Amino acid sequence: MNINVPFALVGYIEPWWMVIIKSVVFAFIGLQLVPIVLIMERKILGRFQNRYGPNRVGLYGAMTPIADIIKLLSKEPFRPKTAIGWLFELAPVLSITAAFGALALVPYGPVVDIFGTATGLYGIDVSIGPLYVFAFGAISFYSVMLGGWASGSKYSFLGSMRAAAQLISYEVPQGMALIGVVITAQTMSLTGIVEAQQGMWYIVPQFFGFIVFMVASFAETNRPPFDLMEADAELTGGYNTEFGGSKFTLYFFAEYLNMIVVSGIATALFLGGWLLPFGIDPPHWVDPFVVIFKMLAFVTFFIWIRATLPRLRYDQLMSLGWKVLLPLATLNALITAIIVVAL
Amino acid sequence: MAWDPEKDVIEVIRGPQKAGGAGGLYRAFGETLRGLKTTFGQLRMGVDTIQYPEEKIPVYPRFRGRHQLHRFEDSGLEKCVGCSLCAAACPSDCIRVVAAENTPEHRVSAGERYAAVYEINLSRCIFCGYCEIACPFDAITMGHDFELSDANRSDLIFTKEMLLAEPIERTPLRAEGE
Repeated sequence: MNINVPFALVGYIEPWWMVIIKSVVFAFIGLQLVPIVLIMERKILGRFQNRYGPNRVGLYGAMTPIADIIKLLSKEPFRPKTAIGWLFELAPVLSITAAFGALALVPYGPVVDIFGTATGLYGIDVSIGPLYVFAFGAISFYSVMLGGWASGSKYSFLGSMRAAAQLISYEVPQGMALIGVVITAQTMSLTGIVEAQQGMWYIVPQFFGFIVFMVASFAETNRPPFDLMEADAELTGGYNTEFGGSKFTLYFFAEYLNMIVVSGIATALFLGGWLLPFGIDPPHWVDPFVVIFKMLAFVTFFIWIRATLPRLRYDQLMSLGWKVLLPLATLNALITAIIVVAL
Repeated sequence: MAWDPEKDVIEVIRGPQKAGGAGGLYRAFGETLRGLKTTFGQLRMGVDTIQYPEEKIPVYPRFRGRHQLHRFEDSGLEKCVGCSLCAAACPSDCIRVVAAENTPEHRVSAGERYAAVYEINLSRCIFCGYCEIACPFDAITMGHDFELSDANRSDLIFTKEMLLAEPIERTPLRAEGE
């Protein structure tokens, strides 16, 4: 593996046409997971609140996300007089682009043989692994900030300012939390990290890293209890106040896609990716389903947290990020490094 | 903790005054887990929703729904004698009664006169039930029908024929004290 080349050809083993097919298929998996997560969230959240959730459209409300999206897409596009035109159009596109870019990294399985062609069951496998995710995470925050700024509205701007502060406070602990995993696995390639978890999933030795990563992920994906930038009660929706119709759909999609991506990355980093416990070794076609199952389990935990915790105050958010998570993550990285060197 | 009236001194359990530090972090983690447990308990308690159009909450016998006019069961004559007391009692002035004389050939009610026109404007009615109280012959009572929405305001003016007709039984009833 060549660390010096950013997009080192760790996993490029397929011919070009397989790369195209692969990217289309994985984009479709992402697109299909979003409505599933949408309806899952609304149904499970309903159960947490002793109600059914949406159950009118389709069988048990299964078509509700489709109806939602059709409704949003058929709405009239509008923008405020004070909006900055091209940025206002660009920002939602940027958010969905960043989300799809990060989705490419989620590994669904190892290199398998598909009709005689060796194919990796992942979008790309880069040597910088998690850094690639951070890069796209930062870009998606740009879309939030630009969207809030380009709206020309006070509430949107407040939301995007909070987004900027939140990004800085939570990217650092998230990165620090990953250092422990990278040190233990001795590689930054996500498939490599998954393969390194053969004996034990990293959630066990890297438990604190997992906790910090998870909390930072909630902040990264604007999920409660860290949804300060869209805090409905105070900011009437934050950065997406002025967005409606298809632009809002893009933001909405990107938010849920980010959630899926973070779940996928957490699955690969801490939950053993496509590996199953107790030495169960299924055929390779099961691997993507294992990964998707773990991702959805992680998403369910996101929803559970949303049903439980109230939104943090702004200063609490900051002090949690800088005073608790960052020292914890640093300590975790240090101790892991000492243990790895000592053993 | 329930208050014990026997006790003179009431002890209140308060959280530690000073939060923060490693202890605060540990406690916050524990409290988060406790919160997760609480919400999971809600998950296991099941659903309280009543799926309204399919299932309905039964109304009580004294529930004041749409009005009904009544006939005598034996003779089939209308109980209403057109005295307009209901119209006088109505605070929102939504009842209109025009009385006419009964004749031996054309006998509609048991009394001297009958209501030739009896209209209730249900878009104005506040369902207070004063008409029911004012009526000396129990000719008008409040029924149990409460699904009265309509697409047209003029359709909400109920005439005597509509009020006399047997109501479509679509409201479940529950017994008193149930």
